[in-house]
Amino acid sequence: MATPTLDSPVKQIQIEGLVVLKMIKHYQEEGQGSEVVQGVLLGLVVEDRLEITNCFPFPQHTEDDADFDEVQYQMEMMRSLRHVNIDHLHVGWYQSTYYGSFVSRALLDSQFSYQHAIEESVVLIYDPIKTAQGSLSLKAYRLTPKLMEICKEKDFSAEGLKKAMIGFEHMFEEVPIVIKNSHLINVLMWELEEKCTVADKHELLNLSSSNHLEKSLQLLMDRVDDMSQDIVKYNTYSRNLSKQQQQKHQYIQRRQQENAQRQTRGETPLPEEDVSKMFKPPQPPPRMDTLLIAGQINNYCQNVKEFTSQNLGKLFMAEALQGHNS
Amino acid sequence: SEQPNSLTMSVYGPVVKIHPVVLASIGDSYERRNEGASRVIGTLLGTIDKHSVEVTNCFSVPHNESEDEVAVDMEFAKNMYDLHKRVSPSEVIVGWYATGFEITEHSVLIHEYYSREATNPIHLTMDTALQSGKMNIRAYVSAQMGVPGKTVGVMFTPLSVKYKYYDTERIGVDLLQRTRDAPNTTNGLTSDLCQVGGAAGRVQDMLATVLTYIEDVLSGKQMADNSVGRYLMDLVNKVPKITAEDFETMLNSNINDLLMVTYLSNLTQAQIALNEKIVVL
Repeated sequence: MATPTLDSPVKQIQIEGLVVLKMIKHYQEEGQGSEVVQGVLLGLVVEDRLEITNCFPFPQHTEDDADFDEVQYQMEMMRSLRHVNIDHLHVGWYQSTYYGSFVSRALLDSQFSYQHAIEESVVLIYDPIKTAQGSLSLKAYRLTPKLMEICKEKDFSAEGLKKAMIGFEHMFEEVPIVIKNSHLINVLMWELEEKCTVADKHELLNLSSSNHLEKSLQLLMDRVDDMSQDIVKYNTYSRNLSKQQQQKHQYIQRRQQENAQRQTRGETPLPEEDVSKMFKPPQPPPRMDTLLIAGQINNYCQNVKEFTSQNLGKLFMAEALQGHNS
Repeated sequence: SEQPNSLTMSVYGPVVKIHPVVLASIGDSYERRNEGASRVIGTLLGTIDKHSVEVTNCFSVPHNESEDEVAVDMEFAKNMYDLHKRVSPSEVIVGWYATGFEITEHSVLIHEYYSREATNPIHLTMDTALQSGKMNIRAYVSAQMGVPGKTVGVMFTPLSVKYKYYDTERIGVDLLQRTRDAPNTTNGLTSDLCQVGGAAGRVQDMLATVLTYIEDVLSGKQMADNSVGRYLMDLVNKVPKITAEDFETMLNSNINDLLMVTYLSNLTQAQIALNEKIVVL
């Protein structure tokens, strides 16, 4: 995903430790398996920084009346939090992800409505599986201004996208994150360290990688399959379109010939029929989905490359250790 | 209806397990307290099992406290609990917290209110004003005392506090620990090889400590400790003894796998970029 453009209103995200802990806890308790957990971020905007100071989770989508509950839940939560002096400005939302698959239509729509209402909002993607492997994986994304334009127009056709010259790399922009804690929390950290030295499990130096790689590659293959289906659809569409153009031309020519013949014979020419109604142009396939799939594939590839580079490093270290031994 | 104290104690056992998110939340609400309030209170949520109470969440409750009276917004507390229940239906009210060092008479009243919400609630205090230079996180349960029938009072008996982390929580806390070294600055998240380098550095530090200890023992500066010696033996034996050839083959096959995957992902990325350019033509 691309680096932030110069004209975006938010250059950096500052998160408090509390938010990080709350997100981790939310996924841990409520989101086992490949379910996605979501929540709202609260905070404020300071110059070109977006400070996130608190958050609250959303209940899972249940079978009974999800929509009405959500809005009401949110309103009540924000009202209550205001009573205890917590920043109640809505600045974005967070979502957990499964092996990095989050580029979807739903995400796009949600982020668009957020960014439309509040210009600086972001979506925080928390990857719990990568975090469990040793280091916190948290990324912040916004839609690029180009993509915002397109969503506003709701023009997802091929011409529209061509005009805007959007590639899958220009859909989302990543915003760098920093973590800041207040002094009181720092004191708390010192105390925790003293009271409870949990043994470091060093998951980060774990050598076993095949499980993670397998799953990532599986997801990548699925997406590539989707993409190839899409390409096939597009190809058939262009073929159909060109065939239809040919038919149209032939029809018009025949008509003209007939009319010329009739004129020579002195009969009234046949009425000009509406050619376009007879040959309905085939539906062009939606390009937006292809773009999303391409973006998702790109994301998977990036993750896989990060993973392999880490593992190569670890393998070389293991080699050095073994070399020393023998 | 008088239950002997030992029985109530054995309902929970004397241990309270707290997650770090609760403490961070309490600290945050203390920082945001209203003008003039010397302490903040709130509800503790969590789960109870046979041997202990685990506190996993909390929220602050507005309250007013003066010399003679105390008023707690109970409506608010109930509302918040309902909202929280929609997200985590398994969490129940297990007690309440207050910042500050002492347990005042007002605490007794508040504790009574919470006794109506939960059986035998826990009272947690956290000294955010750092009166004794430390944060003193303590937990109490109330117990009846005095002469039955005549003057009866309430006594708060301390429980032992332990901290519990989920694995991912511990990793999150590790990252947060880094901010304490440079308190006024911020810390970015590291990436890729930097992380592996960092972890390797930590292991190296630990090995250095062990080495200095060993050298001290060898040169006679420190007494040899047998249990430590046994751990050291374990450590040295943990490096697996594999013949050089076998290790070569294992290493090479792993490296080949990773390189192949890297090559494939680069190829895929090039493919989709090409596809896009062609379609736009």
